[in-house]
Amino acid sequence: MVRYLLRRLLLGLITLWLLATIVFAITNILPTDVGRTILGPFAPPETVAALNEKLGTNRPLPVRYVESMIGLVTLNFGDSFVSGSPVLPQVLGAVGRSAKLAGLALLITIPLSIAAGLYAARRRDRLADRAIVLAGVTLSSIPEFVTGTILVVVVGVQLDLLPVLATAPEKADLVTQIRYLLLPAVAMAIVYFGYIARMTRAGAIEVLQSDYIRTATMKGLTTSQTMRRHVLRNALVPTVAVIAVQIGYLFGGIIAVEKIFNYNGMGATMLYAAQRKDLPMLTAGVIVIGLVYMLATLAADLIIAWMNPRIRLETER
Amino acid sequence: MTTMIDLPPGAPVPPGDHAALRVEDLSLSYIVRGIARPVLRGVTFEIKPGESYGLVGESGCGKSTTAYAAVRYLARNARITGGRIFIDGSDMTTMSEDRLREFRMRHASMVYQDPGAALNPTTKVGPQVIEAFAVLGESRPVAEAHALEALERVQIADPRRVMQRYPHQLSGGMQQRIVIAMALASDPKLLVLDEPTTGLDATVEASVLDLVRSLQGETNAAILLIAHNLGVIRSVCDRVGVMYAGKIVEEGDAAAVFDKPQHPYTLALLRSLPRHGIRKSQRALATIPGSLPPVGATLPACVFVDRCPLATEICRTIDPPPVDLGDGRTSKCHHIDRLPELTEAPARAGAEHAEQGGAALELSGLSKTFHQGGHSVPALVGIDLTIHDGETLGLVGESGSGKSTLARTILGIERPDAGGGLELDSHQLAGRSTDRPTEDKRSIQMVFQNPESALNRGWTARRILARSVRKLTGLRGKAIDKRVDELAANLRLSQQHLDLKPRQLSGGLKQRLAIARAFAGDPRIVVADEPTSALDVSVQAAILNVLSDLQVENKTSYLLISHDLGVVRYLADRIAVMYLGRIMEVGDSEVVFRGPNHPYTEALLSAIPKVDGEPGARIRLGGEIPSPANPPSGCVFHTRCHRFMKGICEVTEPPLIEVEPGHQMRCHIPVEELRRLQAEARRSDEVLTTPPEALEAAEATAENDPA
Repeated sequence: MVRYLLRRLLLGLITLWLLATIVFAITNILPTDVGRTILGPFAPPETVAALNEKLGTNRPLPVRYVESMIGLVTLNFGDSFVSGSPVLPQVLGAVGRSAKLAGLALLITIPLSIAAGLYAARRRDRLADRAIVLAGVTLSSIPEFVTGTILVVVVGVQLDLLPVLATAPEKADLVTQIRYLLLPAVAMAIVYFGYIARMTRAGAIEVLQSDYIRTATMKGLTTSQTMRRHVLRNALVPTVAVIAVQIGYLFGGIIAVEKIFNYNGMGATMLYAAQRKDLPMLTAGVIVIGLVYMLATLAADLIIAWMNPRIRLETER
Repeated sequence: MTTMIDLPPGAPVPPGDHAALRVEDLSLSYIVRGIARPVLRGVTFEIKPGESYGLVGESGCGKSTTAYAAVRYLARNARITGGRIFIDGSDMTTMSEDRLREFRMRHASMVYQDPGAALNPTTKVGPQVIEAFAVLGESRPVAEAHALEALERVQIADPRRVMQRYPHQLSGGMQQRIVIAMALASDPKLLVLDEPTTGLDATVEASVLDLVRSLQGETNAAILLIAHNLGVIRSVCDRVGVMYAGKIVEEGDAAAVFDKPQHPYTLALLRSLPRHGIRKSQRALATIPGSLPPVGATLPACVFVDRCPLATEICRTIDPPPVDLGDGRTSKCHHIDRLPELTEAPARAGAEHAEQGGAALELSGLSKTFHQGGHSVPALVGIDLTIHDGETLGLVGESGSGKSTLARTILGIERPDAGGGLELDSHQLAGRSTDRPTEDKRSIQMVFQNPESALNRGWTARRILARSVRKLTGLRGKAIDKRVDELAANLRLSQQHLDLKPRQLSGGLKQRLAIARAFAGDPRIVVADEPTSALDVSVQAAILNVLSDLQVENKTSYLLISHDLGVVRYLADRIAVMYLGRIMEVGDSEVVFRGPNHPYTEALLSAIPKVDGEPGARIRLGGEIPSPANPPSGCVFHTRCHRFMKGICEVTEPPLIEVEPGHQMRCHIPVEELRRLQAEARRSDEVLTTPPEALEAAEATAENDPA
């Protein structure tokens, strides 16, 4: 098990290094003048040159590459080109906010969609099943900025139930924070509901057709006993893997949702950095999102190994 | 316990007898795209408490559907269209879901093929067995105690440890014992066994069947056994029903039906089996002309009429009523009196097979070692074997004995260890097929168990054959078409067949196509790995005949891998027996079947359930095949051998020596001694098992297992 973890972590580090290199390549090989982009087309050339000198963007590529790799290892991503302050605290702040939003969205969507998926599988081809599948497909095909906007208009403005902006006042308590985050979280949850529910349904239907469910039925177990003891664990393996990938995606930021609810999460931060050519910020952001992806899939693999003893044995080798 | 009978008002109350299961005129259809396709067309039979009833017939005849209908566990598109099913007097067809659940819990149980799939893979065995008792309302500690008892009852040696295991950590035999233990939890009135030993090794099968027989005596449950293997049915069942196209065409005492069939279908079915030790040189196997009607076909009055040699006009117009032949024996045939007209094909003139030719393929000191996670796993150890020109060498042994690895090594899929000899017509073959010249690839071909996976699904039969011809023979243009036609004619594939894709062909036709493909380049050696085990017996007979004819015509040598000793006996000229990557015995087919044998061969032969019911020695090997990563010391078979001799067997590995002309064996016991011991075993009723000191030795080795 320890060896397996170490191997996975090593693989993860290699992935991060590759990711950093790709980000470096994309941001530095594009023939743009960073100083010029920041200062605008009307700034005098001397000022641009001076800024480039100050930012170090006029030095040779290899030097900058080595420097950025050293920065990666020492967790020093440098100072923002825009604000001049270190990027790491800013990125971590944004990640924290994104984590709150994504966490709440997942907290809403996972139990609901798994329950719906299992119920649909149990009532396969009946009305309830058709309704759940249809609702799922419909909801996931409406983009989150549409659901978000509708939520703002209906729940936020017309009914005036919840705040339409996601950012809670400073030092707000947990309940208040949740109240503020609820609308964007629901907008995101809706998108994933259909996806996870359909995955769960497919997994459960496959399990329901297996021989060991026949064994359980012949033992005389009730349907809910069968679902709980024999279907759940086996059916959720593919679902867990899907959720893990979605977590990375959620952290990467649903830019549209953040924009609508004016929330300064990872998406907004990264978009801003990209527009301003704030390379240190962009690099740090991509690396951090990569890290989240990596940890989420690792967690999913561990959960799957815990759920399925056959996979567990392989990891213990 | 008496059960309430809830019948729809007006329905006749069933006769007050004591049938545990009574199926009355049951009809059932599968709804496919809105159209009802009949599968059962009026099935009637009953089983008394304590009686065991076997249903036999080829795939698609409806025997499994009948079994599942009996416990009303049916596919989503199945509809019972007529008839009734009574278990212990209660009508299953009209039961509510709740009563049905209660009924399955208390009165009916089921055991089926592939025990590995019948257990929840993510839950330990213990909770699964305990659950079977807990559901009956037992408290947790009581259920646990009963679960332990149940596992002991099915002869699981260390139940406490087994309960801590996950299903995949146990062997197939153990898994099936556990499923049986759960099935017996409620002391059911009816126990349905659907192919319970299919896929298990013969030795394991024998012990599971022993268990079923002994439990039958204890429980008084009625047993409904479905099996395609007639030997299994004969060895367990009191009575048997022969099904064809959704009807029971003949029924009666198992021994009587198998020994003196009274329906043309039963007769044809039994004659298509290679039995009574017949061999290819003596007689071609009887085949049944035509093929099973497809599911849902509209059938004339007698369902067998289209394939029946006795059929007359009346068979098409009047459904033959069951003719009572006494002793509970019935047959649905208008022409029982004319059955003697159906004589068996005359024995072939001509001598035993042709003179033994020179060596086509010679293996000397061939070994194959796999490397897994730092351990070396010897899969083949010093194999010396010769396949002569135009002969069939049968390769037998339990799964894990190395048969398939040997085949794969010969084919060049696995590269043998350095140092071993692998010679085709006296020239060394390259270890890997990719390094072999086309000529060598052409010379060694393969026929697989499952032709489906070996044929390109997107291509027509013609294109598949043409490609092989082009690849292997170098023929071009018209010559290819000519060769394809020739191959098709040899395999009795029609021009229409050639234009179909594999999935449009029946199992037998697909296997013919696969064989034609293998013969495209006129091979010297054809490796056939279980070529007929996925096929029904009547189809198997045709394939075995084709293989045998092709061999005579082309002087091809076969390496035949099969677990079915009837098939091996029919087709093989010589037989090699493998255990743990070693050849334990090799000799002429007749010599091996006559004995004396290596104790392992003796055990294998005794384990086969015989359709002729002939008595023989009963040998039940203890333990399981050891891990090849950690083979036992001395003779590798000593840990399971019923003739274990302490002080010799676990110390020295016996060499493979010639014990009589053309018969080699790897055993410390002198051949004359074996002859005497084995004759004795055949006469006695005693069951021979592995002695405890050998099993102890086995446990000691298992603990050192690095894997």
